[in-house]
Amino acid sequence: MARIIVVTSGKGGVGKTTTSAAIAMGLAKRGHKTAVIDFDVGLRNLDLIMGCERRVVYDFVNVINGEANLNQALIKDKNCNQLYILPASQTRDKDALSLEGVGRVLEELSKDFKYVVCDSPAGIEKGAYLAMYYADDAFVVTNPEVSSVRDSDRMLGILASKSRRAELNMDPIKEYLLLTRYDPDRVESGEMLGLADVQEILSLHLLGVVPESKSVLNASNSGIPVILDEKSDAGQAYADVVARYLGEKKPLRFIDSKKGFLRKLFGGK
Amino acid sequence: MDQSSILDFRSGTFFAPILVLYNDDLEKIEQRLQEKIASAPDFFSNSPVLFDLSELNENGKEIDVEALISLLRKLSLFPIGIRGGDPSQEKRALELSVPVDSSRSRNDAILPEIQKKDDTMPEIQPVIREAVRAPAMMITQPVRSGQRIYAASDLVILAQVSAGAEIMAEGNIHVYNTLRGRALAGVQGDTTARFFCLDLQAELVSIAGIYKTSEDLKGTPRKKPVQVYLRDQALIIEELS
Repeated sequence: MARIIVVTSGKGGVGKTTTSAAIAMGLAKRGHKTAVIDFDVGLRNLDLIMGCERRVVYDFVNVINGEANLNQALIKDKNCNQLYILPASQTRDKDALSLEGVGRVLEELSKDFKYVVCDSPAGIEKGAYLAMYYADDAFVVTNPEVSSVRDSDRMLGILASKSRRAELNMDPIKEYLLLTRYDPDRVESGEMLGLADVQEILSLHLLGVVPESKSVLNASNSGIPVILDEKSDAGQAYADVVARYLGEKKPLRFIDSKKGFLRKLFGGK
Repeated sequence: MDQSSILDFRSGTFFAPILVLYNDDLEKIEQRLQEKIASAPDFFSNSPVLFDLSELNENGKEIDVEALISLLRKLSLFPIGIRGGDPSQEKRALELSVPVDSSRSRNDAILPEIQKKDDTMPEIQPVIREAVRAPAMMITQPVRSGQRIYAASDLVILAQVSAGAEIMAEGNIHVYNTLRGRALAGVQGDTTARFFCLDLQAELVSIAGIYKTSEDLKGTPRKKPVQVYLRDQALIIEELS
């Protein structure tokens, strides 16, 4: 039985697709057969981030409508043979997805795959709802910024009440906080919400902090998930996130302000 | 779980728009309803609706309850209650399986006026009510933004209430954590209802319709236990020593 992970946020542009690509690649690189699905029908990006946009023949909607089978639509990743991508349709819209269709596809994937990562679109409408409905785990991607925190909170409420697990009174979806685009210098100067502030407002288990990094844009330009850029801070942070998700203990990195560090080194505090 | 349990009545909340009628001309009503429904078809299609005849009755206007109910059903609305009707209208409605909502009283809470501040929101009121005062509703999970909780008697919340969440109770409200959302106590007009909180950072606090927004609550000590109650129609906020 596969573990279904939804990467969601409510707010747009916080790093869901970047995270979905990185996490899926991280899990696959560790030997777990992983599928990553783009739920953003009509505004697909996962294929670009994964670098497979030129190999898309069939998509998620085709599979749901029976126009293609799953094997025809799944694209094997060039960098890791344990990773498969199911792209979204670009020509249709979210009404083309159905709850029961999504359920069938996930059930079929569950037979062979260990992890299925669902890249949710922004918002709380149908696309986001379908992406989270069947989830076992939720990575709630949040920027350290007031509107993102508010929207993540709203999404947490929806995860707790509208998911399949909630409706069937099963154990609830396991919620994890992923704080992205974190800039410790700005936190130090009081411009940005700090780690402790966000945790206090959301009261949620922190899975990791990913720093604001130029490497993210480079990664999406080259179509290689940032976790494969082992020298980059963001790449390493995502590697830590995957490790923690799988049960390893890793201290939080990239949360200390450089200015603060230098002050400690030279200021003798 | 007790093997002999067969069923249970729980305190619940049900929201439905209230259709207030000012005109007794059924043709005009039908036309206007069609316009309203066309403006928001997803919202109104198969929507339950409570209809309020108090304005008509106060102005001496008669209306045929049976014709009104058929009209509503024809337009794919489900009449689920009649309010403000006279005894013969209520009797007719009951015969047509539309119950009487007697929750509206003369000295009612100013709760609807708070809703009026937001033009796009239809007026909403709880419809299913407990016959007996129920034990306090206990919530142990955080109340997230966008969630609404309604308790028919007292409400006790042991986790935080996020900004954008709404908690309402006909009786007292106790939040043994941080409140960042909206809290409305004594919502059916109980002016003796009180509000207790360990850390008051609310967007709005109201007792029996008398409210203060976070702007007015600026002076409140943070991270300190407080109680809020009404004295002479004014909200008093006091630290609990």
